[in-house]
Amino acid sequence: MKRVIQMFIAVLAAAALCMYATARINHLQGYSSGNTLTIYNWGDYIDPDLITAFEEETGIKVIYETYESNEAMLTKIAHGGHSFDIAVPSDYTISRMIEQNMLIPLDHSLIPNLKYIDERFLDLSFDPGNKYSIPYFWGTVGIAYNREMLEGKEITSWNDLWDESLRNQILLVDGAREVIGMALNSLGYSLNETDPEKLLEAQQKLFDLVPNVRAIVGDEIKMLLSTEEAAVGIVWSGEAGAILDENPNLDYVIPTEGSNIWFDNMVIPVTARNVEAAHKFINFMLDPENAAQNTLYVGYSTPNWAAMEYLPEELINDERFYPGREITDKLELYENLGKHNQAYYNELFLEFKMHRK
Amino acid sequence: MERIRNLFLVPYGVWLLLFVIVPILMIGYYSFFDIDGVLTLNNYKRFFSPTYFSMALRSFWYAALITVVCLVIAYPTAYFLTKTKHKQLWLLLIILPSWMNLLLKTYAFIGILGTHGPINAFLGVFGLAPRQILFTDFSFILVAVYIFIPFMILPIFSALEKLNPSLIEAAYDLGASHWVAFRRVIFPLTLGGVKSGVQAVFIPSLSLFMITRLIAGNRVITLGTAIEQHFLVTQDWGMGSALAIFLVIAMGLSMWFTERGRRVR
Repeated sequence: MKRVIQMFIAVLAAAALCMYATARINHLQGYSSGNTLTIYNWGDYIDPDLITAFEEETGIKVIYETYESNEAMLTKIAHGGHSFDIAVPSDYTISRMIEQNMLIPLDHSLIPNLKYIDERFLDLSFDPGNKYSIPYFWGTVGIAYNREMLEGKEITSWNDLWDESLRNQILLVDGAREVIGMALNSLGYSLNETDPEKLLEAQQKLFDLVPNVRAIVGDEIKMLLSTEEAAVGIVWSGEAGAILDENPNLDYVIPTEGSNIWFDNMVIPVTARNVEAAHKFINFMLDPENAAQNTLYVGYSTPNWAAMEYLPEELINDERFYPGREITDKLELYENLGKHNQAYYNELFLEFKMHRK
Repeated sequence: MERIRNLFLVPYGVWLLLFVIVPILMIGYYSFFDIDGVLTLNNYKRFFSPTYFSMALRSFWYAALITVVCLVIAYPTAYFLTKTKHKQLWLLLIILPSWMNLLLKTYAFIGILGTHGPINAFLGVFGLAPRQILFTDFSFILVAVYIFIPFMILPIFSALEKLNPSLIEAAYDLGASHWVAFRRVIFPLTLGGVKSGVQAVFIPSLSLFMITRLIAGNRVITLGTAIEQHFLVTQDWGMGSALAIFLVIAMGLSMWFTERGRRVR
C-alpha cells in the first residue's frame, strides 16, 4: 500500500512539473492570453516566414493549428473549447457556417488591402458582399495525367475518362461532391444538380466508370500520381501545381465541359478571442508582397491582382492555373445544397464506392 | 472495512459510468434521430436496405478472413516460440512493430506494395512484374494481418506456456502420434488462448477504417468506413450511431459465442 501511494505521489509530482514547465516555456516565448492569435488552417498552407514576419511587425504571438478537412474543422469549432481567431474554410463550408451563426462579421475599414483582390473573386454567392470572408487562395478541380504513361494520348474532357484505354488507371478523390459533380458535368448538367433523376443518371454513368477506377483516395493522390502508381487523377489545381513540379511527365487540364471553381477564404469564427489581431492578420496577408511570397510557397492561385507583379511571368501566364475570364465564367461554385441533398449525394457516392467491377 | 473497500470502487465506478455507460446510451439515443432531429426508426430500417446490409456482410467476411489468416500463421508461430531458447527476445520482436504509429506503418506499405516498390522490383527479376498489389483485396488482408497478428500470437503463446508438459508426455506414453497428441491434447487445452486471440482480432477488424482507404483504395467498404463518413462528412449522426449500435451488438454476440463454447468444455 505504501508503495502504491509513493508511486501515486511521484506521478502527480511529474505531471505538475510538466505543467509548470509548459507554462514557463509559453511565458518565455511571449505567449499570454492578451496578445496571441490562434490560426486554424489547412496543413502546409502558409509560408512560415510570413508568420514570423507578422509576429515581428505587430508583436502578436501566433499559434498555428491545422486540419485536413472542412468537416473536421467545422466539427471542432462547433463543439467549442478552442479559441480559434482565424480559420480558412472553403466556399460551401462558409455558407454553412454563416447559416449556423458561426462567424463574426468583418469590419472592412480595418482591411484596407481588400482593394487588391480581383473583383471576379468578390461578392460571390456563398458570401454576398464578403460580409464574413476574404479570399485566400482559389483554384479549380481538373484532371492530372501522365503523358508518358498514356503514350501521348491527350485528355481534354471529363468524358475522355470513360475511354477503354484507361482501364484501371484512374485515381478518384474521396469526395461525394467532386465525383458526382464530375459525372454531372460529363452529362452536361450543373454540378449543383438536385433533380433525383439526373443524379441517378450520373450515378449510372459512374458505375460504367468503375473498371477504369484504380482507387478512391484522399491526399495520397498527389504521392500516387507523382510516383506513377496510376496515370490519371482527379485533383485540385493547387495540388496539381505541386506534383507537376515533382514529375515533369504530368500535365493538368480543366475539362472542357466545365468544372468546379473553389475558394478558401479567411474568416473569423465566433470562438475568436482576439478579433482585432485577426483583422490585422487578414490585412497583412492581403498585402501584395506578402500574398506573392505566400503564393510562391504554397503554389495555389492567388486572388490578389496586385501580387501578380511580384510573381514570375510564366506562372501568371499559365492558363492551367490562372485561367482567363472566358474559362472562369464557365466554372461553377459548389452551392450549399442543404442537408437533405448533401445526404442524398453521400448515399449515391457510397453506393458507387460499393459497386464492384 | 467493507465500507472502505466500497469507497475505493467509487473512482472507477464514476469512470465507468461517464466514459462507458453514458456514451453507449448516448449512441443508442442518437440512433433514433434523423438529420433533422426528428424521432424515427428509419435508421434501423435503412440498415436492412441492400446497401448497408451487404456492407455489413462484407465487413463480417473480411473480418473473418483476417482472423483465419492470423490464426493459421499465429498458432504455429506461438508453438515454435515456446520451443525456442530466447523466448523474451522473440516476443519482443513480435511486439515491437506495434509500438510504431499505425499511420506510419500504413504509409510505408503504400511504398512497399506500389507498382514501383520493392516487391514489384523483386518480382521483376523473375519477369513477373509489374503487377498491381496495392488497392486489391490481397493487400488489404496482408496489411490487416500484419497489424493484428501480435494480438493473436500473444494469448496463444501464454496458453501454450501454461500447458503442463507432463500431459503431452503422458499422451506420447499412451501411444499417441504427434498429430493425435496435438489434436486431442494440446489444441483443446490451448483453446482458451485461441478464443482470446480471435476476439482480439475479429472485433477490431469489423470496424477497420483508415486502411480501407489507404491500402484498399476504398474498394473495400466496411461498417467502420461508413460510420466515419456519417460522423465526419454527412453529419448524419443518427445513421452513424445506428451502425455503431449494430457493431456493438455484433461484438457482443461474437463474445457470447466464444465464451459459451468455453463453458461447455
